[in-house]
Amino acid sequence: MDISVIGLNHKTASVDLREKLAFSGQKFQEALMGLKNLPMIDEVALLSTCNRVEIYVYGRNSEKTYETIKNFLSIFHQIDKTEFEPALYFYTNRDAVKHVFRVASSLDSMIIGEPQILGQLKEAFDFALNKKTTGSILNRLMKKAISTAKRVRTETRIAENAVSISFAAVELAKKIFKELPGKSFMLLGAGEMAELAARHLISNGVKDVKVANRTYERGCELAKEFNGKAVRFEDFLKELLYTDIVICSTGATEYILKKEQMQKIMKDRKNKPVFIIDISVPRNIDPDINQIDNVYLYNIDDLQQVVDNNLLERRKEAEKAEAIVEEEVEKFLKWLESLDSIPLIISIRQKAEAIKKEELEKFRHRFQNLDKEHLEAIEHLASSITNKLIHPPTIALKESSEDKELLAMAIKKLYGLNEDEEEE
Amino acid sequence: METIVFELALTFYFAATLIGLLEIFKESKGLSKLLLILTACGFVLHTLNIIMRYYTCGYLPITGMHQATSFFAWCIVLIFLFLQFRYQIGIIGAFILPIVFILMLSSSTFPRGIIPLSPVLQSYWFNIHTVLAFSGNASFAIASGVGVMYLLQEYYLKSKRLGGLFRRLPNLQILDEINYRLITIGFPLLTIAIITGVLWAESAWGSYWRWDPKEVWSLITWTIYALVLHLRAIKGWRGKKAAILSIIGFLSVLFTFFGVNLLFESLHIFG
Repeated sequence: MDISVIGLNHKTASVDLREKLAFSGQKFQEALMGLKNLPMIDEVALLSTCNRVEIYVYGRNSEKTYETIKNFLSIFHQIDKTEFEPALYFYTNRDAVKHVFRVASSLDSMIIGEPQILGQLKEAFDFALNKKTTGSILNRLMKKAISTAKRVRTETRIAENAVSISFAAVELAKKIFKELPGKSFMLLGAGEMAELAARHLISNGVKDVKVANRTYERGCELAKEFNGKAVRFEDFLKELLYTDIVICSTGATEYILKKEQMQKIMKDRKNKPVFIIDISVPRNIDPDINQIDNVYLYNIDDLQQVVDNNLLERRKEAEKAEAIVEEEVEKFLKWLESLDSIPLIISIRQKAEAIKKEELEKFRHRFQNLDKEHLEAIEHLASSITNKLIHPPTIALKESSEDKELLAMAIKKLYGLNEDEEEE
Repeated sequence: METIVFELALTFYFAATLIGLLEIFKESKGLSKLLLILTACGFVLHTLNIIMRYYTCGYLPITGMHQATSFFAWCIVLIFLFLQFRYQIGIIGAFILPIVFILMLSSSTFPRGIIPLSPVLQSYWFNIHTVLAFSGNASFAIASGVGVMYLLQEYYLKSKRLGGLFRRLPNLQILDEINYRLITIGFPLLTIAIITGVLWAESAWGSYWRWDPKEVWSLITWTIYALVLHLRAIKGWRGKKAAILSIIGFLSVLFTFFGVNLLFESLHIFG
C-alpha cells in the first residue's frame, strides 16, 4: 500500500493547461467520487486551486494507479493525455508525504509563505472527509500536514514580512506610528497601486481618509469608495498640515511638493511625523524632503527594495522550514511503519510476555514456599493463557490484506500499544 | 553575607547583559523572557543586599560610592521592570541591562565598608532628598536607553536600510512616547530633590545654596531636562532631537554622579 500524489502546479504547467485540468463547482465532487470508484484506490482527496491541481491517493500498486488516473483525467476533461502528461508530477510514499507537507507549509507556493494554500488544502480534505473518500491514512496525513504548517509558521519567520509594495507601505507605517486607527491619510492622485496601498491602510484601521485628485469628480468617486472625503487638489498643501500618511501618485512631470514647503508644514504641525509614499514615476515629491526630521519619504524603488529584501529573507527562512518538514515527514513515516503487521505482532508478543513475567514475579513473591514442580506448572499455565489470547490477533494481522491499517490501528488501541505516540 | 548576595546579584545582571547582547545579534523570542527572568532574580538578590545593609547601618544604605552606585542601579532596574510590565517591549532590556551592569561593576570596585553618616546629615531630609534624586536620575537613565533605541530605529527608516534590529525595535512613536514619559516622571522628581536639598542644606549647613560642584551640576542637568520639556512643548522638538537631548541629559547625570565625586571636592561625596 502506498501514499501517492499526482498533480501539476504553476511551476510545471501554464495557466492555460491548469485551467483545462481544474475541477470547479459540481465537477469537483463528480471527479472525487469518480476517483474513489477506481480500482486499487482506497482513499482519495482532490485539491484544485488556480495554482495547482493535485490528487492524493492511498492504495495498492501506485504505478498502475498513476496510469489509471491519467486516463481518468483524460476522459473526465476530454483532453488528450499527451497534452498534460509532461506537466504531471508523481510522488510516492516518502516523496509524497514530503510534498504534501511542503504544499501545506507554503514552501511550494508561487510566493513562498503565502497563507491561503493551507486553508485551501484543509478545505479539500474536509470535503473528502465529508464525502467519505478518505480514511485513517489520508486523514492522519492531513492532520500532520496542518500541524507541520503551523510549526513552520511559528518557528520561522516565513510569512512575517511584506512581499508586495502595497503591504510594504503598511509595514513601514507600523514602524513609524504606534497605531494606525488614529492616523489620517491622504491619497494624492490615483492609480491602481496607490489605490491598493490605500485599501491596505484602511483595512489596517486608518479611518480619516482624504482624496485629492486633479479631477474633483474622480476624487469624489474614490472618496466614496474609501468612506472618506474629497479634497480639492489645490488645497492639498493645506491638508498636509492634518495628514500623517500620504500616498502620492499623480501624473505631474515635476515636483508638486518642495523641501521649503514641507519644512514650513512641519514647523506648523510641530514636527508630528509624516510618512509619504511617492509611487509616481516620474517622482512627484522632492526627494530632499526625506532629510527633514520626522518626515519619512519612500519612493517606488525604495519600496521595491524593501520587498526584495523581504523575499530574500523568506527564502532564508524557507531553509529552516525545510528542516522542520523533513523532521515531520520522518515522524509520519515512522507511524506508517508502525502499522506494518510484523513489528506489531512482535510488540503484542512483547507486551504479553512482560505482563506474564510481572504477574509471575508477584505470584512467586507471595507464595515463597511453593516447590519447584508447582511453580513450573503455574508458569506453564500462564504461558498457555497468554499464547491463546494473542493467537487470534496475530493470525488476523498476518492474513488480512484488505483492512490491514485499520486493523493495525484497532489492535494498537485495544492493546494499549500507543504509548510512544504523541496524540493531540 | 552581604557581599555574597551582592556578587550573586551582579552575576545575574551580567548574565542578563550577555543575553541582551545576544538578543541584539540574534532573534529569538525566548531570549527576552530569559533576560527578564535573570534580571528579576538579580533584582531580588539586590533588594536583599540593600535591606541587609539597611539593618546594619540603620539608615538608607547610600553612603559611599559603593552603596550609592548600587542603589542607583537598583532604582534603574525597578523602573525597568515596571516599564516591561507596562509596555512589554522585550528588546528594551538589551539597552538597559548594560547600563545596570556597568554601574554594578563599578560599584563593586569601590571600597565596601559602610561610611558612617555625619550626624549633621542625619535627618528625615536625608531619605527624601536622596530617594527623589536617585529615582529621578534612574528615569533619565532609562530615557537615554530608549533614546538610543529611537535613534537606531530612525536611522534604519531614514537610510532605508531595514536590516539589523529594524524588525525587533518597536515603532518610533512608542519609543518617543516612552522617552517623553520617563522625562516627565524624572523631571519633577529631580526638581523636588533639588528643592528639598536646598531646604536640607539650610538646616544642616546653615545656607540654602553654596555653589558646591554637585549643586552646580545638578542645576545644569535640571536645565537640560527643563529645555527638553520646554522645546518639546513650544517648538515640537520631538523624536530625534528629543532623543539626542535625553542622551546628553543622562551624560550630565553621570557626570554629576561620578565626575563631581571623583574630580572635585564636594560636600556631596556620598559620606
